[in-house]
Order: sequence, then structure tokens, then C-alpha cells
Amino acid sequence: MTHEIIISGFGGQGVLSMGKILAYSGLMEDKEVTWMPAYGPEQRGGTANVTVIVSDEPVSSPILSSYDTAIVLNQPSLEKFESKVKKGGTLIYDGYGINVPPTRKDIHVYRIDAMDKAAEMNMIKVFNMIVLGGFLKIHPIVSIEGVLKALRKTLPERHHHLIPMNEEAIRLGMDIIREQ
Amino acid sequence: MTTEEIIRPENLVYKKPELLNDVPMHYCPGCSHGVVHKLISEVVMEMGMAEKTIAISPVGCAVFAYKYIDVDWQEAAHGRAPALASAVKRLWPDRLVFTYQGDGDLACIGTAETIHALNRGENITIIFINNAIYGMTGGQMAPTTLLGMKTVTCPYGRDPKLHGYPLKMADIAAQLEGTCYVTRQSVQNVASILKAKRAIRKAFEYSMEGKGSNLVEIVSTCNTNWRMSPDKANKWMEENMVPFYPLGDLKDNGK
Amino acid sequence: MAEKEVTLMKGNEAIAHAAIRCGCDGYFGYPITPQSEVLETLAAEKPWETTGMVVLQAESEVASINMVYGGAATGKRVMTSSSSPGISLMQEGISYMAGAELPALIVNVSRGGPGLGTIQPSQADYFQTVKGGGHGDYRLITLAPASVQEMADFVDLAFELAFKYRNPAMILSDGAIGQMMEKVVLPPFKPRRTEEEIARECPWATTGRIGMRKPNIITSLELRSEEMEQNNLRIQAKYRVIEEKEVRFEEYMLEDAEYLIVAFGSAARIAKKVIAIAREQGIKVGLLRPITLWPFPYKRIGELGRQVKGILSLEINAGQMVEDIRLAVECKVPVQWYGRLGGIIPEPEEVVEQIKKMTL
Repeated sequence: MTHEIIISGFGGQGVLSMGKILAYSGLMEDKEVTWMPAYGPEQRGGTANVTVIVSDEPVSSPILSSYDTAIVLNQPSLEKFESKVKKGGTLIYDGYGINVPPTRKDIHVYRIDAMDKAAEMNMIKVFNMIVLGGFLKIHPIVSIEGVLKALRKTLPERHHHLIPMNEEAIRLGMDIIREQ
Repeated sequence: MTTEEIIRPENLVYKKPELLNDVPMHYCPGCSHGVVHKLISEVVMEMGMAEKTIAISPVGCAVFAYKYIDVDWQEAAHGRAPALASAVKRLWPDRLVFTYQGDGDLACIGTAETIHALNRGENITIIFINNAIYGMTGGQMAPTTLLGMKTVTCPYGRDPKLHGYPLKMADIAAQLEGTCYVTRQSVQNVASILKAKRAIRKAFEYSMEGKGSNLVEIVSTCNTNWRMSPDKANKWMEENMVPFYPLGDLKDNGK
Repeated sequence: MAEKEVTLMKGNEAIAHAAIRCGCDGYFGYPITPQSEVLETLAAEKPWETTGMVVLQAESEVASINMVYGGAATGKRVMTSSSSPGISLMQEGISYMAGAELPALIVNVSRGGPGLGTIQPSQADYFQTVKGGGHGDYRLITLAPASVQEMADFVDLAFELAFKYRNPAMILSDGAIGQMMEKVVLPPFKPRRTEEEIARECPWATTGRIGMRKPNIITSLELRSEEMEQNNLRIQAKYRVIEEKEVRFEEYMLEDAEYLIVAFGSAARIAKKVIAIAREQGIKVGLLRPITLWPFPYKRIGELGRQVKGILSLEINAGQMVEDIRLAVECKVPVQWYGRLGGIIPEPEEVVEQIKKMTL
């Protein structure tokens, strides 16, 4: 099994850290993982994206031109990556701020209103974990336990009290994601 | 007295320092470098640091300093000696580490390395030979060349409109928080030589005591490129260099 | 962190952790994207409180490389890292170190040029690294990692080779390998060498004349031409030994290969994906990945040139290593180049198209 994912959105939406937690969760489950960010000034407010590959075999190219799943969190990212989802692949988008929804019929399109839900539930800090939950509902490439293990591993001790909120966010995401 | 008697150890009144070897120096007769080399050799020996000294030579006339003073030497690229010395001292904190640099090396191409090493308070000593001219390459204008002074690249005299102004590096160094001791000395007569030696010793001691960085500027002559006799060069230095580069301690935080 | 633990980190972070673990005595560097995490990680890890390793942010790359020169001249294991424009500034110091025969490690997490260029990945520093860069007849032992694991592993290897031959060594990486996170097992801790060990292993080092031994002098200067020629000949003889003994490369799916891709570093990662796609389409492609860029695997590529119908040099530059491949095969087989410039990394599908063209 190899799953090639692009996660893209505005800087500050937690795109890179969501990718990192996904990669770390893969590591926790003894999978091969690669996390490749588009780095640079983009991190500071423009669009940010990261390629995450989770595989049972050593990962070859960390840079890809097509993806099994694209998770897009703003309009520019949708425009950039909709066409790069492999036929039969998955596109997940947050409806917030999307004026022109995806149009492809040869892929599975899911909508997750994580931004609205996070604002409503006062969970903006874990917005990206809601999205991750939605993705894991569709493609359970790592378990929730793996994610929680990764969080315990990567979060500094003083932030461990936030782990239950992260778990809640993941489960919330699993609930609210809808196929279009 | 016969020659035999004269050379008996008990009759010895003055000798070449042990660390100064017998290799004939390439310096011109009358040059200040030889005197400063002697002082360094004496101070290192007197401090008992001959086994623990690491010296850095520059690019310029003193590039071959390593041939004359018998301590371990590193020969640096032009201007970079303070960077080498910074690393060496941090890696070997119990060693005596000094650089020996001329005005072109220290005050021109190596200005950044000099100022930053001094400002970091590296526990090193920089010996700065300022003779206001490039000696090794044949008498070109230096950053410290006086206004009106003629060199082969300012043959009509240094003109501030064309060439800018002479740079007072010791004055800059004295303003830096990292420096412990900044002094300007000369070596044209016995009294000044003795004072210069005390200054070098003080700088070396401060550096070993971890008090910060130390700059000993020696206002020097270059009789060859100044086109003067050694004696006349000394007088010219006193009359022209010293008024612009006044002698004495600019800063002494080590007391 | 337990010793054999598998962890996830960036290539740049792996360099820093590996340096601390392999007995590195000092790091001197200046921030530049995309390698700043090396210095940042070292600053956060505070190795001066544990192993005693010195870490210093210098005023420039020029100062950094000269600090490395000074430290290396005392027999210490010292290193710096930078990215392309900074590495250009270091060329003076690198040439001096090659001339003075000083062992040290320089890491280039390269980016696209020329000039200020881009901060995105590039392999356009191949010529600079393996054909000179600085002035004079010299060579840099050059290792090209293709994974975060190799970033970690090559730190110690580079130091070992540098000290074995008294020559600077470079890890030539790029922004992709530096910035990406992968699984890595960090090398085990190895203590820094003691003063006695340094004196024994590096009798040439300028550590002070302990026991009033003969003074040691580190210099690249020799004004007498006859002597300078001898110095050069001695260094050249050393280079011939390195070329004989230290060539390293990886072979991948070569047994039945009719076409060969030669690629190093991140381009070699892309090549493996290309090979998977091409083989699905029935094109038998294999990979030769030079791990040492100097010494270059001329001999092995020459042999493969007699086996395959065509060679593609896949590089993230305008075609540099392709010249060495052509030298290796002596024009006996067609050698083409494919690459992208300006910080763009070639995508596997576009490379597959190039391979298909070669089969026509």
C-alpha cells in the first residue's frame, strides 16, 4: 500500500503540522513515510502545501505530479490540485471560502465544513485535526491510536493536556465529512 | 677581554629570545616587524606559554612570521585571521591565541572579521601593525594612509574626495562591548619598545584570564615604501602618524 | 533520545543531530535558506553542555569557513553548512584548506542559481563542487545523500574520509533533502577525541608545541616554484589514491536494464519512481546512483555503457554531470540529459516521456 497525499491551504491553517502528524502516525505504525513541504516565504501567509507519502515500501520520489488524495483548504489550492488527483482518487475540500466548487466526475469528492464547525465549537486551534479526522474516515491509512501516539511523541509535555481535544476533533471530522 | 671570555654565560647581558630562531628575516632593514616579533617571543617565553601558544599570521609582509617565531602557526587567508583565532580559542580555551596583522589585512579586507571577533569578546589578542601602507605588494594606499600621504596608488597624495579618510581601528575597537584592552603603541626607541612589550604582556594575560578581546596597535614605519631612511622614517612617524594615531591606552577594562 | 530509536526529522535536522553524535568538536555557520535548521537545531540542542561541541553563529560565510580552517588546523573535527550563495563565498577558504591539506566537513544544501536565484532545490552546484569552485588544482571529496538517513550517515563518513586523506569533504545535498522529513535512525554516540588522541592522530596539528616539539605550521603558501610543484604533485598523488579506493555508488534494477538513468541525490529518488512507471510500460530501465560525485564512478558507468542502449542523465540543473557520463562511456552509447531549472524538480511522468523518446 502506498498513499500519496497533497495537503494545501493558507499559511497558518496548520497544513504543515497536519502533514507532520499524519507522517508521524505512519512512523508509529512502522510504515515508510516522507513529508515534503513547499518551503520558503509561502509559509508566512501565502499558500502552504506539503506532500505526505505513507507506504509499506521505501518511498521513491518525494515530489509528485499526481496524488491519491488532495486535501485543499482554500480556493487557490483547489484550482491548483483538483486536476492532479489520480483518476479514481480522492479530493477533500473545506467549503469555507470556496466560490467555485470542484467539477471532476472521475474522482471521489468530499466536502468537510471544518472551518465553520471549528468556529462554532470554539475549536479553531484544532481545525487541522478535524480535517485529518475527515481524511482518516475515508482512508484509514493510520489508526486514531497511531495519531494519538504521534501527538504524545511530538507535542511538548506541557501541551499534552490538549490531546483529548485533538482526539475529539478527529472524531468530529469523521462525523461531518460528506461525499458530494 | 678575549672573545672566549665575552661569550661566557655569566658575562651575557643581552640575548636573542629563545623563541626567535636563526632564520634570516625577509623584512627590510629598519622595519618595525622585527622588533615586534622579538617582543612577542620574549613575552610568550616569560609567561611560560611556549608550549601552549597558537598564532595566526596574515597576508602581507608578516605572512612569513611563522618562519621566525618558534610557536605553532596557522597562515590565514587575507583578512581572516580573527576568524581562525576565534575558532581556535573556543576549541582550545587554555591556549594563548593571537593574530598578527597589518593595516590592509586588518582594517581593509578583514574589517568584518576583526570587528566581529573583537565584539564577540573572543579571548584573543590582535597585534595590529599600522604603517599606513601596503608593504608586501609594493607601497599601495592602505585604509590607514594619512591624508596627503603619497603611495603608488595615490601618487598625488591621499585625497579624501577620491580615497576617503584614514580609518582609526583602535578607536572603533575601544567602543565595542567585547573588547577588554585596546592600546596604541610604537617601537621606534628603547622607551617605546619597553612600553609596547608591557602592553603585549597585558593583552596576553587578559586573554588568558578570559576577560575579552584585546587589540594592541603598533604605529609602525615602512621606510622602504615611504622612501626614507629608517631614522628619517621614525622621525616622520613621530611627526605625522602619532598626531593622527595618538599613543596610549584607549581602554583598559582588565584592571 | 534512545540510541536505536527510529524518528522522523528533516534532513537538515539530521545533519545537526549526527554531528553531535559523531564527536564533532565545532560547528561554525551563518543562516541561509534552505539550510538554517542545521544551526537552529544545534542551538536548541546546546551540545556545548553535553558533548562540549562548540557552536558559533559567524558574521558571514567567509568567517564561517575560516573558523573551520582555524579549527581544522588544530586537528579538531569541525564543520560548517550553507546553501549555494553562501558556498560561493566559502570557495576561498575551501581552496586554502585543500592547499593546507586540512580535514573538515562542508555541507551544501543547495538551491537554484545563478546569483541570489531561488530558495528552491537545485543540483546546479555540481560543477562548483567537483570541478574546483575555488582557485588552484584541488578536489573535494563529495558525498551526495539521497535520503534523510544518508544525511545522518554521511556526516561521520565525511569526517572519516576527510581525516583519512587530510582533505576537506563536502556533503552536496539540496533543499528537497534538507527540508523533507523521513524516518531516520541516528548514529550511535561517539565521544569527541581527547587532546592526546588528537596529538596522536594528527601530529601535524597546530595545538601548541606540547613537550617543546618542533613547531607545526599550517599554510598553503610556498613561493619557491620547485617546492610548490612538489606540494601539488603530492596532493595529486593523494587524489589518485582517493579515486582508486573511495568510489561509492548504488545500483538499482540494472540486471536486465536496456536503458540507464544516472542520477544523484534527490534526482535519484525521482529516478526510482520513473523506473517503476517505465517498467510497468515494458521499458527496462535501471539506475546508477553516484554516492561519491568526486571520485566519480567513471569505471562502472563505462562498463554499463557497453550493456545498455542509451543513458539518461537526470539532473536538477542544465546538464552538468552529463559531461562526466559522456567521458565515462567515451561516446560508445548515446547519452542524453534531462532536467528542470530554477528550483523546479522534474516530475516522474515528464522523465518517463524522455525515456520513451530514447527508445524510438
